Amino acid sequence: MERAVAPSETPVNEAELDHLDYFRDLRDRHLTINGLRIAWRPKSPQTLDLAENDFRQLYYFMALGRAFEERIGELFRQGLIPGTAFFGRGNEALSVGSSYALRPEDTLVPMHRNLPSHLVRGQALKPLMAQYLGREGGINRGREIHYADRSLNIFQLISHIGTMIPVAAGAAFAAKYRGDGSAVLAMSGDGASSTGDFHEGFNFAAVHKLPLVLILENNFWAYKTPIRLQYACKNLALRAIGYGTPGYLIDGTDVLGVYEITREALSRARLGEGPILIESVNPRACGHSIYDAYQDYVPKEEISAWDAIDPVRLFEARLKKEKITEEQISHLHARIDRELAEAVAFAKKSPFPQGPDILEDVYAT
Amino acid sequence: MAQLTYRQAITTALWEEMKRDPEVYLIGEDIGLGGGAFGVTKGFLDAFGAMRVVDAPLAESGFVGAAVGAAHKGLRAVVEMQFADFITETFKMLVDYAAGAHFRGAGPVPITIRLPAGALKSAGPYHSHNPEAWFYHTPGLKVVAPATPYDAKGLLKAAIRDNNPVLFLEYKRLYNLPLSQIPEVLRPEVPEGDWTVPIGKGRIIREGKHLTIITHGTTLYDALQAAETLSDEGIEVEVVDLRSILPFDRELILSSVKKTGRVLIVHEDHKTGGVGAEWAALIAEEAFESLDAPIHRVGALDTPIPYSPPLEEYFLPNTQKIVEALRKLSAY
Repeated sequence: MERAVAPSETPVNEAELDHLDYFRDLRDRHLTINGLRIAWRPKSPQTLDLAENDFRQLYYFMALGRAFEERIGELFRQGLIPGTAFFGRGNEALSVGSSYALRPEDTLVPMHRNLPSHLVRGQALKPLMAQYLGREGGINRGREIHYADRSLNIFQLISHIGTMIPVAAGAAFAAKYRGDGSAVLAMSGDGASSTGDFHEGFNFAAVHKLPLVLILENNFWAYKTPIRLQYACKNLALRAIGYGTPGYLIDGTDVLGVYEITREALSRARLGEGPILIESVNPRACGHSIYDAYQDYVPKEEISAWDAIDPVRLFEARLKKEKITEEQISHLHARIDRELAEAVAFAKKSPFPQGPDILEDVYAT
Repeated sequence: MAQLTYRQAITTALWEEMKRDPEVYLIGEDIGLGGGAFGVTKGFLDAFGAMRVVDAPLAESGFVGAAVGAAHKGLRAVVEMQFADFITETFKMLVDYAAGAHFRGAGPVPITIRLPAGALKSAGPYHSHNPEAWFYHTPGLKVVAPATPYDAKGLLKAAIRDNNPVLFLEYKRLYNLPLSQIPEVLRPEVPEGDWTVPIGKGRIIREGKHLTIITHGTTLYDALQAAETLSDEGIEVEVVDLRSILPFDRELILSSVKKTGRVLIVHEDHKTGGVGAEWAALIAEEAFESLDAPIHRVGALDTPIPYSPPLEEYFLPNTQKIVEALRKLSAY
């Protein structure tokens, strides 16, 4: 694990870390942590194995995730969403770029803000929409607000987000036990980084060298608590040093940068260098939940900065320059509109689940 | 066929299940290099290797969580909680995550948590607990409490094969009990081979017609002695060992109470909010007309668990306390 700094890496001095600007300083480079060596490394999208179609796919999933959540907002205002809803607006690049690096046999352990990650794994839109409406046709038939399709190798979270980190470590333990070469990607947040389970789960994975990649999405807020009241370290990625594992600090608004580092981390984890800690930074460009009046506590300057770091717009602008025509983009959006309309129609028609069934599923047979 | 001590029965069950199913593994503190705090897994590391006998860091939520995550991938963990008391460290993982996982659609969680439970030799408030009532209120968990070597082996094998999270209470007081001190009725030969004791089924240990004792765990031994004493006075006490606490054998409780009309519920855990309160409520709801006397309960006092021997003795249920309660009931 104690690798020499590669020629392209520049050692970091402590003062730089003290005054880190998460977006400006990560725009063109990643922070890498190997043993006690902390270094900058330029982003290298040219080394990625992505073809034209991949760029379209990445954009499609990001735009679809955004549009899906906006549709949920409309349905909520129409009174069609029974509980609440959690959005990942601002993290589409992280959700899509990280999941895109997974193989089908890998396991994804998402958070409640990673809807686009489910889409990348192949989640169909109709059951996903019915899920939000609490219908029989939903992924878990109205049993729980959180969801995951197990057949897509996705774990379903519980609201105690940190709890998922030991559970993810267990999935990675099973991969090592079987020696099947699969890996686990777990998503967590700046809030969950404070839990005991973050430590217990990640430390377990470190002691047993499990093929786990843990991404901490730092979006500056855990509900209403700002990160200055969440942790006192310079950044969360540096915690990797304390666990004896590699770490990265990356810009979570850049889908290609996210893909580059997640793919690299998964590959290192498979080779026995795991677990690996990634801190990824992006805005939470929405409230904690749909009920949250975030304007009451998120500073105005922060909200007005969201547009400039909107990952969907950033990627779209980049694609328009290099890869995709305006026409192709509008074609994708037309497809998204059509697919969402079909999903909403399906969900509305799906019946509500009925009571007596629940008594049969308390125990697995 | 063999006579096994309680500890040997548990060790044998683990060994046989590990041999039978390569997806069964052990995880916990000190279980590999150390052979377990009570020596239950001594020799397992050499026989099965470090991937199947996993020494975990000292963090119960972490390694129970890992057992749960691996269970979603089809592995079957037998987790050793070093003392049942430390299960509080992983309450959330069991109650919020594991218990409802199948119901929520997150997948089954086939794990067994072994819980060395109960008071023994002034172990104090953090090494003496009977944790069943903390979990009794949680749909989706199973809780078993074998009191004999036969049931310990049969229920542990059943727990390991079950597709749900099962809390397996095993009693420190019984580990070292020599066979000579186990009443004959509680030490049937423990068979080898492929058999289990079904979860959810109790057993009548001693037939009687005047009174029923419903109990589980260590107090079964005290209840049997008390029944002997009353028998000398011409009162025949039926002793029911529930063996499983969640789910429990409702029919057995109700049929015995309907037969005798008088019932004493006994457990080592605190009386207030103990699992016996639920059985009393069941009897009141469904067998009220069969009762000839109020339902009585004997349990530990409602204090924190004390340390010094006379205090511990004062705190715990024992044969004498059960005898007194039986006489009171019988005279009603």
